[in-house]
Amino acid sequence: MATEKALKVATSHTTTQFSTFFVANLFFGVDVLHVQEVLRSQPMTSVPRAPNVIEGLINLRGQIVTAIDMRRRLLLPTRLGDHPESMSIVVRTADGAVSLLVDEIGDVLDLDPSSYERPPDNLGFAARELIRGVYKLKDRLLLVLDEERTADLALGKAI
Amino acid sequence: MDNICVEDMETIHEFLVESDENLSRLDQDLVELEKHPQDALLLGSIFRTIHTIKGACGFLAFTTLEGITHQAESILSQLRDGERELTPELVSLILETVDATRKVLASIEESGKEGPLRFEALVERLSLAAQSAISVEQPVAVGDMMPGVVMDGLVFEAIEGTSFVSAVAQAEKPIEDEITQSAEGKDDEVKRHSAAADSNIRVGVGLLDKLMDLVGELVLTRNQILQFNSEGEDPALNATSQRLNLITTELQEGVMKTRMQPIGVVWNKLPRVVRDIAVDLGKQIRLEMDGPETELDRTIIEAIKDPLMHLVRNSCDHGVESPEARVAAGKPAHGTLTLRAYHEGGQVNIEVGDDGAGIDVVRVKRKAIEKGLLSPEHADKLSEREALRLIFEPGFSTAQSITNISGRGVGMDVVKSHIEKIGGVVDISSRFGEGATVKIRIPLTLAIIPGLVINSGGERFVIPQVSLLELIRIDEDSPGKLIEYVHGTPIYRRRGRLLPIAYLNEVLGLKTADRAEAVSMIVLQAEDRQFGLVVDGINDTQEIVVKPLSKQLKGLTLYAGATIMGDGRVALILDVLGIGQCSGVFGETREAARMPENQRQQPEIEQQRLLLFRAGSFQRLAVPLSLVARLEEFPQSAIERAGGGQVVQYRGRILSLISLRSVLEPDSPCEEAADPVQVIVFHEGDVNMGLVVDQILNVTEESITVRQRLDRKGLLGSAVVGARVTDFLDLSEVIRSAKGSWPPSAHGNTNCKRVLVVDTSAFSRGMIRGTLEMAGYVVLEAENLSEAMRKLEQQQIDAIAAALDLQANGDSALLVALHGRSEWSRIPVLALVDTEHSMMALNARKAGFQDCQAKFDGPLVLASVARMILPEALIETSPAYLGEAR
Repeated sequence: MATEKALKVATSHTTTQFSTFFVANLFFGVDVLHVQEVLRSQPMTSVPRAPNVIEGLINLRGQIVTAIDMRRRLLLPTRLGDHPESMSIVVRTADGAVSLLVDEIGDVLDLDPSSYERPPDNLGFAARELIRGVYKLKDRLLLVLDEERTADLALGKAI
Repeated sequence: MDNICVEDMETIHEFLVESDENLSRLDQDLVELEKHPQDALLLGSIFRTIHTIKGACGFLAFTTLEGITHQAESILSQLRDGERELTPELVSLILETVDATRKVLASIEESGKEGPLRFEALVERLSLAAQSAISVEQPVAVGDMMPGVVMDGLVFEAIEGTSFVSAVAQAEKPIEDEITQSAEGKDDEVKRHSAAADSNIRVGVGLLDKLMDLVGELVLTRNQILQFNSEGEDPALNATSQRLNLITTELQEGVMKTRMQPIGVVWNKLPRVVRDIAVDLGKQIRLEMDGPETELDRTIIEAIKDPLMHLVRNSCDHGVESPEARVAAGKPAHGTLTLRAYHEGGQVNIEVGDDGAGIDVVRVKRKAIEKGLLSPEHADKLSEREALRLIFEPGFSTAQSITNISGRGVGMDVVKSHIEKIGGVVDISSRFGEGATVKIRIPLTLAIIPGLVINSGGERFVIPQVSLLELIRIDEDSPGKLIEYVHGTPIYRRRGRLLPIAYLNEVLGLKTADRAEAVSMIVLQAEDRQFGLVVDGINDTQEIVVKPLSKQLKGLTLYAGATIMGDGRVALILDVLGIGQCSGVFGETREAARMPENQRQQPEIEQQRLLLFRAGSFQRLAVPLSLVARLEEFPQSAIERAGGGQVVQYRGRILSLISLRSVLEPDSPCEEAADPVQVIVFHEGDVNMGLVVDQILNVTEESITVRQRLDRKGLLGSAVVGARVTDFLDLSEVIRSAKGSWPPSAHGNTNCKRVLVVDTSAFSRGMIRGTLEMAGYVVLEAENLSEAMRKLEQQQIDAIAAALDLQANGDSALLVALHGRSEWSRIPVLALVDTEHSMMALNARKAGFQDCQAKFDGPLVLASVARMILPEALIETSPAYLGEAR
């Protein structure tokens, strides 16, 4: 059930490795050190009356992990039409593991801190709350996700 | 000792563990000794303990320690030999020594060395004290102890210029500082020392925790195997999984037992703490412990240590007043702090109570408004209970000044969250001027509990078995098992009590299944409130490992946790209290669905189903539905005349008809009767009667309180029913007056038995009379005991039906009076109550009543009376033709 992407070889001490994923047209990255694993869709137990962003609970090798739907978390519309199954990226937070439901998993990237910047102003409101900073890549922007804030439902004006 | 080799390390470790235990015991013993200074056994024990420590110190060359304990030992030796008397200062001094010893031990544990502190001042004071043994004329017991400063003053006067006293007076300030410091540092020290030894367990607790985790996983795996196996047919596999099942259960129980500790383990540290604070603040506080043997899981004990400490400190600091204030308020000078622990209903209850000043609700509200926690208007609307709960809000503290002792930025909100983290609840009750009590309730085991698996709305849930009272299947085929609606709220009648009902699908917002014929309902209890929960289906009971919900879901009061089922999927565990609150069955106030605690309190007024109808000029008449057999309609043509009255052929019998109008208003002109004729049929035993009325109006459910007794023939009185004034029919009188000699006195199998009905309520008497007379008994009435006795003297009575009149000592005045006379002592007595409650029935029988019934339950009352009068006879219910009745 668990799929692991092959790690790219680190080129220098100063670069940071990021696990990346797509949610709608946004491209996110999380420091690999904070990532526990990447999963395909799991049997999900829904939690009635829970906040909308919570998709449900999954059984991860005996550990009960809460799954958060990233589209809802970012106040983005749900995916329409036919699409391949969602993937999950399980991140470690101070209060335990949390599973983030995303559209697609990207490659592991090695990034140079020199291209790290503050988030731009034209970023959507919800996204800005959950981002630490951005990396300017050749053809797109990588948003560095703050997984602690993401998991903290009191923040980010989650529904 | 520069080179510490492995054997030495072992020895030192042993020494540390033992000493830690010894010092704990010393704390307790010294505080006890203060209360009983003459207790030779205690003194001996304390002496031996210090002697042991001293000896070990010498052996291991811990010179600082040796120095301290040596002095202390001398003092104790003097005490033991009666060369000196015990004073509070002495106790404080020795306790200080104990603390100093702990500090050194902590240092040794960390580094293997004694550390930099030399405690010269302490040693000096100790040796001074040891040298000048003083015997005071009157040793002062703690009960009479005056606050520190004043005590010194007294001693000063009694014994002038003694070096001991002046040394104490001079050293007063340093002692205070050290005591305060040590009181604060104590907690940290205790925590550090838990590394070396944790109460009396010598097994590393890390190991026990690991075992517990493994057992938890084993239970999960066993569940999975059982699931696979239930589908399989292999007998060998069956047998093996059964065995696995047994072993796992036993293992689980065994490991859980090892983790149980008596709460006294935590409490034992408290006498010292209370004593120190009391001395510090100049108060007198006595600590009482009730239930220290109550056992709790270790994790719970760990979790409540800090909250308990805080609560105790709070009580000492803010609760108990100074001796002067207490005396001025008419209380004894010493305050009492009570710790109580007991098991109840699968939960552990821990109470911390004091008889101090209580909580000033006005001040609490004011503070809350100041802190911006709520608006003044809102504050006004709060009940006392809700106002008290404000204390648990974050950012709240009513202490005038945050003292060193209890206000380290730690408030009641932290206590609450600590307790809630382990699944417990905390509440506070208080009587201003009299004291306050904090009550904590925690589930017994955190980890593995039996649960009932249910499904609802297509989802699967688990309900902790501990909250489960009963499973009820409600279907339309079983009469008397119905969900009824009172003012739009669904309720269920369970053993005479009304149970509010919630629908799980509604509470959770799930889709409701199509209305099935049969419905599964679970009777649940949360705290002391009960309700019924309707679910789609009930599966089975399983043992589940409770896993806490993550932070994102913790706020949901509906769920107590989650678990992994046998098929590997997650299932949510419902929080019964949360469900009750969310569904609204508990209502705004907590009083709504509370169980009656005491029968002597105002009992619930039983809702009665009434038949409403009109006749003649009486627009609204009522009769209890329980008396009514059927409602019928007959065409005028079916009515015949026989025996001087109107009758109709009815179900193979002849039904005699009475025109209600002509009974109630005999002088009114005879109007054309309606066609078809509306008839209310009454059927009691072998009696059939049809009452002709103008129109049947409605059936309603109301609690009856008769407002007015009318002197109108045929009516019992009137009351407000359905918001309108309604007259209540006196059925028996109506029938009697219509039939002249009704009820027949020589018929049926009742053989003119006389029953005396005793009740202060005329209405109730009338109802019961009606029921009994219909069955052919001769009924006498009495309003009270003296009237009853008068009737008993006048006539032969065969049975008595009386309203239950138990006094505080459990006796019934009526029964006492009956047994007072030999000719009356054999008369069977039925106790009548408004609402049947099993406790009541038990108490009634204990008092000597034959039986106990709800007074409005006609058939049951009748059956009871029949049983009482003719215990061996069978009750016949064959109908008799009315023709024979003449």
